[in-house]
Amino acid sequence: MSFFDMGGYAAYVWPAYILSALALTVLGIRSWRALRRVERLVALSENPEKQT
Amino acid sequence: MLHYANPQNFLNLARRLTPWFFGAGIAMIAVGTYLGLVIAPPDYQQGDAFRIIYVHVPAAWMSLFVYGSMAVASASAFIFKHPLGDVAAKAAAPAGAVFTALALATGMLWGKPMWGTWWVWDGRLTSELILLFIYIAYIALWDAIDEPTRAARMARILCLVGAINVPIIHFSVEWWQTLHQGVTVFRTDGPQMPASMLTPLLIMALGYTVFFVGLLFVRMRTEILARRLRTLRLNIEGAFA
Repeated sequence: MSFFDMGGYAAYVWPAYILSALALTVLGIRSWRALRRVERLVALSENPEKQT
Repeated sequence: MLHYANPQNFLNLARRLTPWFFGAGIAMIAVGTYLGLVIAPPDYQQGDAFRIIYVHVPAAWMSLFVYGSMAVASASAFIFKHPLGDVAAKAAAPAGAVFTALALATGMLWGKPMWGTWWVWDGRLTSELILLFIYIAYIALWDAIDEPTRAARMARILCLVGAINVPIIHFSVEWWQTLHQGVTVFRTDGPQMPASMLTPLLIMALGYTVFFVGLLFVRMRTEILARRLRTLRLNIEGAFA
């Protein structure tokens, strides 16, 4: 179990890693979704007749 | 290179490269995390707490690298009227703000067990906090001004003025010797760290950089398409006016 204890510093090491992973994941997903959204809107505006 | 100054050519290139940058960045971050948490030996002074370095230092480097890139992009928009300069700077800013916030947060998590305090107003910490405020001001400025060319001009000026803070952050540990430790890696006499500790740090830093480029491509594509959308809508409104 000593790996998860981080030599007694678990309360500092794990939050640092979890926070970093979480922040970068959220940033990546939000950026990707924003791109998908604007791509859809551009496609709709350029070919309005394709709209269903 | 001039070929890719054209937004359409850039869009095509960015679309093809984005998955590779994300894939390589995430893979390097995974390898760096494994080496940093499992393989690297504990520090003889700091024990396992030093492992925070592998998420703290790359985030801090990125906070400066992203700002430096934004300053270069803003300057190229000013001097060469580069059509992608403002797009790149605007697209990079939120990522830079996140890296800066992560550098501060992971630094606090490292400072508490090592220094006995979450925060001190020393040169490094204060100038890094100012960097976060500059990022926020830059992002807010784009939102606050409706007219795009005026917003771009003001944002360039803010970005270039704020760039003064970048060397201040870098040299802060030499100018004001306080709690934050000094330069360990980029020294003229070589890095003061054994390879088993340094290698994961460099892999992690490279992973963060490559991941950021992927993010930048996605966000620049979003910004270019948003501008195209604005033009399309103005044309549609114009047709019915």
